[in-house]
Amino acid sequence: MTQTPLLIVLLLTLSSLAYHFGRKRAFAVSAGHTRTLHSLPAYYGLYAALWAVIPALLVLGLWLACEDTVITRLVVGSLPPEIASLAPSRLNLVLNDIRNLVVGNIVSSEPDALIVAAADRYRELRGVSTVALFAVTLGLATIGGWLAYGRIRPEHRSRNAVERIVMGILIACSTIAILTTVGIVLSVLFESIRFFQAVPVTEFLFGLDWSPQIAIRADQAGSSGAFGAVPLFAGTMLITLIAMSVAVPIGLMSAIYLAEYASSRVRATAKPLLEVLAGIPTVVYGFFAALTVAPFIRNSGGLFGLDIASESALAAGLVMGVMIIPFVSSLSDDVINAVPQSLRDGAYGMGATQSETIRRVIFPAALPGIVGAVLLAVSRAIGETMIVVMAAGLAAKLTANPFEAVTTVTVQIVTLLVGDQEFDSPKTLAAFALGLVLFFVTLALNVLALYIVRKYREQYE
Amino acid sequence: MNERASESDMEAQASQFMAENPERTSARRRPTEADAATYDREHRGTVGELRSEVPRMRCTRVNVRYGDKHAIRDVSLDVGKNEVLAMIGPSGCGKSTFLRCLNRMNDTVAGCRVTGEILLDGKDIMAPDVDVVPLRARVGMVFQKPNPFPKSIFENVAFGPRIHGLAQSHAELEEIVVSSLQKANLWDEVKDRLAHPGTGLSGGQQQRLCIARAIAIQPEVILMDEPCSALDPISTAKIEQLIDELRRNYSICIVTHSMQQAARVSQRTAYFHLGDLIEVGDTDRIFVKPQHQLTEDYITGRFG
Amino acid sequence: MSEPAQTERDSFARVEAGMKRRRAAERRFRFFGKCAVGLGLGFLVILFASIVGNGYSAFWQTRITLDVTIDEAIVDPAGTRDPALLRAADYGALIKQSLREMFPDVSGRRNRFALYGLVSNGANFDLRDRVLADPSLIGSKVALSVAADDDVDMLMKGHIDRGAPEADRRVKDNQLAWIDALEADGRIRSAFNLDFFSNGDSRDPELAGIRGALMGSIFTLFVTLGLSFPLAVAAAVYLEEFAPKNRWTDLIEVNINNLAAVPSIVFGLLGLAVFINFFTLPRSAPIVGGLVLTLMTLPTIIIASRAALKSVPPSIREGALGVGASPMQAVMYHVLPLALPGMLTGTIIGMAQALGETAPLLMIGMVAFIADVPAGVFDPSTALPVQIYLWADSPERAYVEKTSAAIIVLLLFLAAMNALAVLLRRRFERRW
Repeated sequence: MTQTPLLIVLLLTLSSLAYHFGRKRAFAVSAGHTRTLHSLPAYYGLYAALWAVIPALLVLGLWLACEDTVITRLVVGSLPPEIASLAPSRLNLVLNDIRNLVVGNIVSSEPDALIVAAADRYRELRGVSTVALFAVTLGLATIGGWLAYGRIRPEHRSRNAVERIVMGILIACSTIAILTTVGIVLSVLFESIRFFQAVPVTEFLFGLDWSPQIAIRADQAGSSGAFGAVPLFAGTMLITLIAMSVAVPIGLMSAIYLAEYASSRVRATAKPLLEVLAGIPTVVYGFFAALTVAPFIRNSGGLFGLDIASESALAAGLVMGVMIIPFVSSLSDDVINAVPQSLRDGAYGMGATQSETIRRVIFPAALPGIVGAVLLAVSRAIGETMIVVMAAGLAAKLTANPFEAVTTVTVQIVTLLVGDQEFDSPKTLAAFALGLVLFFVTLALNVLALYIVRKYREQYE
Repeated sequence: MNERASESDMEAQASQFMAENPERTSARRRPTEADAATYDREHRGTVGELRSEVPRMRCTRVNVRYGDKHAIRDVSLDVGKNEVLAMIGPSGCGKSTFLRCLNRMNDTVAGCRVTGEILLDGKDIMAPDVDVVPLRARVGMVFQKPNPFPKSIFENVAFGPRIHGLAQSHAELEEIVVSSLQKANLWDEVKDRLAHPGTGLSGGQQQRLCIARAIAIQPEVILMDEPCSALDPISTAKIEQLIDELRRNYSICIVTHSMQQAARVSQRTAYFHLGDLIEVGDTDRIFVKPQHQLTEDYITGRFG
Repeated sequence: MSEPAQTERDSFARVEAGMKRRRAAERRFRFFGKCAVGLGLGFLVILFASIVGNGYSAFWQTRITLDVTIDEAIVDPAGTRDPALLRAADYGALIKQSLREMFPDVSGRRNRFALYGLVSNGANFDLRDRVLADPSLIGSKVALSVAADDDVDMLMKGHIDRGAPEADRRVKDNQLAWIDALEADGRIRSAFNLDFFSNGDSRDPELAGIRGALMGSIFTLFVTLGLSFPLAVAAAVYLEEFAPKNRWTDLIEVNINNLAAVPSIVFGLLGLAVFINFFTLPRSAPIVGGLVLTLMTLPTIIIASRAALKSVPPSIREGALGVGASPMQAVMYHVLPLALPGMLTGTIIGMAQALGETAPLLMIGMVAFIADVPAGVFDPSTALPVQIYLWADSPERAYVEKTSAAIIVLLLFLAAMNALAVLLRRRFERRW
């Protein structure tokens, strides 16, 4: 793996050589009359160069992706049966020791002879693999370049061939978006299915008790931890609700003010400034919520004799609302501007005041678009992580009281997956199940919102 | 780009035309018998009968500027009681701009300045302390493109009475809506579907809905900005008939592209050309015996 | 005739009667609008004020000047000056000795311990580096300026209340007396906190710096930029210039729009499951962080790049095609160069988004305590926002200041990137 940069440099060198010779041959076969060539000489060079580098790079990528898995399999195969047949989680620990030994890290305990032998084998296999990789890729590059070189004749349509290859690359790049979605769905789905084998779906979706911590200790039955996610959903909804009750009125009113009332000078300053709020990293909001807002709320609650937890849903929700203000306002601004001027004229022409026009004509006309914008904002709030991780707390309580600490889906994903933990326990798998719910809920909201907004746009086009 | 170019071209052509043929344009002015009284030298270039005997609105030396552009120059004109005044002229001549001065709709256009005097029932509506809201309740407007609000038919008509607080009870409101729809000749077509959205009606029905909406607040003057330009001939005929009926109760100012329409519906006609009011007079006279060369050229189809 | 005139006047009176109420409603509505804008901007001001107010003092550091006698018997008893031996010597003893000399009447283990606690643990390393750089110092007495302990630093910056009861105070009464003595002696001064920019993370707040996190962020962004820009440009060129309108491209399009709105933490789950568990890439490494952030920012950059391509007028393409260029040549030689500034702007904005992103990096383990500054994309590291998260979680008062200062640095980077994007847009913006 460490030699990969060297290999890539070698491949690129081979490829540029192929370019050089390909181009030269194009001149040669045309006997100096380049007009007899189908394509420009450079295309013949490019043709050879691409043939040299692309197959080799594909093999390289595939090799690197599989190398570790294959070597590990081989090493495990060579281990004595009593170790090779260990439970997967124990086997992983052994493998970790082997890998650490290979890299040269200090292993916790005195390495056992078997492990040292395995590590040697591992190292040896890796050496073989590296040599083989170099041989295969460089050979492939030479053959590819040579074959392409051989095909160069004046009537060869190099430009078309090169363009076909480039087009293939472009298409491959554009499918990455699809691959990402497929990757997300598959990765959360697989782990979730394994989770639901240990914990029934119904318990997860409708259970009222969430305490995954119990499942850590192996001596307690793994599935005895409670994985009822309803308190999480409730906490997420509570915080989202608080955030929306801050963001929607403020965002909407400021969009209306800036679109309908403000002079162009005010608009030109206030709009970008408001949008700065959207560019601030969420971790900053989280810190602000935990350091400034939560103590402030706690203290002012104390003045009225209210007992407010130091990590309250209110603090997290308020700050999240502030973060979402520009999101609501810029989307609403687009929507309000899409309302045709003729409707405004109609209302003004009848003697409506500006606020009457806005409230009775523009707002109802823009309502579908605003609903879409709010849905997008809700999806944003549900998926927001850092603010709630830093300010909302971990207590999975089923409460509607904004002064108490609640926890959310994203907070739990983070707590379940951050830090050392063994994979494959229901505890870590639960995080993927929560991720699955999160992904599909936000996806549904987005699809719905984009659909509504598009319908709305069409109405006024 | 193209539009702007052709506009200024036109302007250039016209001024060239005026400069090359001074004697021709002036020679065709025929200050004869009846004109002597109304022919008013003071008002640049305008010939004909500017003033009405029973004026509802009286405009004196109105000028409109958009930034550097002088869109309306020294226009003086009366709108009489219970008459339909048609404004005609080639596109870009300022007739719509002038119309929008009459209820101060130009206030909503950025960079637009209006000067001069416009009296409604003897009171200046241009005065700085005049509130446009009650003004627009008295001078209603119907636009070129039907623009019903995205609400039910009932709510569309009820909008004005509601915002102005004209109805004391729901029964009264219903009465206003029904009578407005009846006056707009729309009642029979929509009485069974008052709760349906106004945007679901046909173009002609939508425009009559807009007229119903305008008359629901009992205005004194109704301004119509090419109300039929987006409509088919049958709908146009219905609206024209409606305008004729409405004349009994209201003063109506209509901007139109169609000279035939002006001839059919109006009692008086004003001809605008590049921001100048060229000629005003009884419709019958204007179309039969225009006094100004430009008017004659326009109505005989030489340009426009 | 008289009947409509009657209602006319009637209705006009009603309109006039309602005007007062309506004008008030108008003013009220307008006021609400102003309030909303004001609230939004107010939050912004409070946020910045709170961060800057808490953080600016972290750029200064309290330092204590000690007179240290570099005793050969401790540093180099054999007298070989062998760097390996010098490196391993007990410099802590020298520092302690110097403190004892300054306050000879301190006795008792507990009190001495409190005395030693005035200076940072990093003092040992400062002294070691000094000696290693110049072994001739051995045997002489040097004036060494060392960082004060974070509690002393906090006290000097006024974050610890001297009037509080001793039991609630991190700095005890005897320590206060020593500090006052040192200050009277002119041995305490405030200096620019270079450590903050040159050190990696540390358990000692006075030694903790952002260099490691910053390098981690830079490596991560490097990977992200290197992958996402070419991928996004290629995808945008295909979708905007060549893609036929069919179900497949529609699907890609819908997909990109939806991916742009998928919560970032889900990308973290993807990275954990695919890159770490399946491809067994190293945990906590910038390479994985870069891969995850690439997938996350790709939709943003593709959308921006497509907009840039869309703004190139068709006449350019037609012109190129008209002189016999193939569609591919027209795009590569004529359209793409014109769209490039817009694409770069979109990319910078995407990078700024990636720089501030925290949640997905937590998922792939870039959240461990890592004191070393990473040297490459495979080394374990954190990133700036993750460092902020880690420090925000630490209980010591001094980390509040560090966190805020790290946020200031992060925000400065973001501001610079956005300014660059704006500049680029202004510079190359064209109207066709």
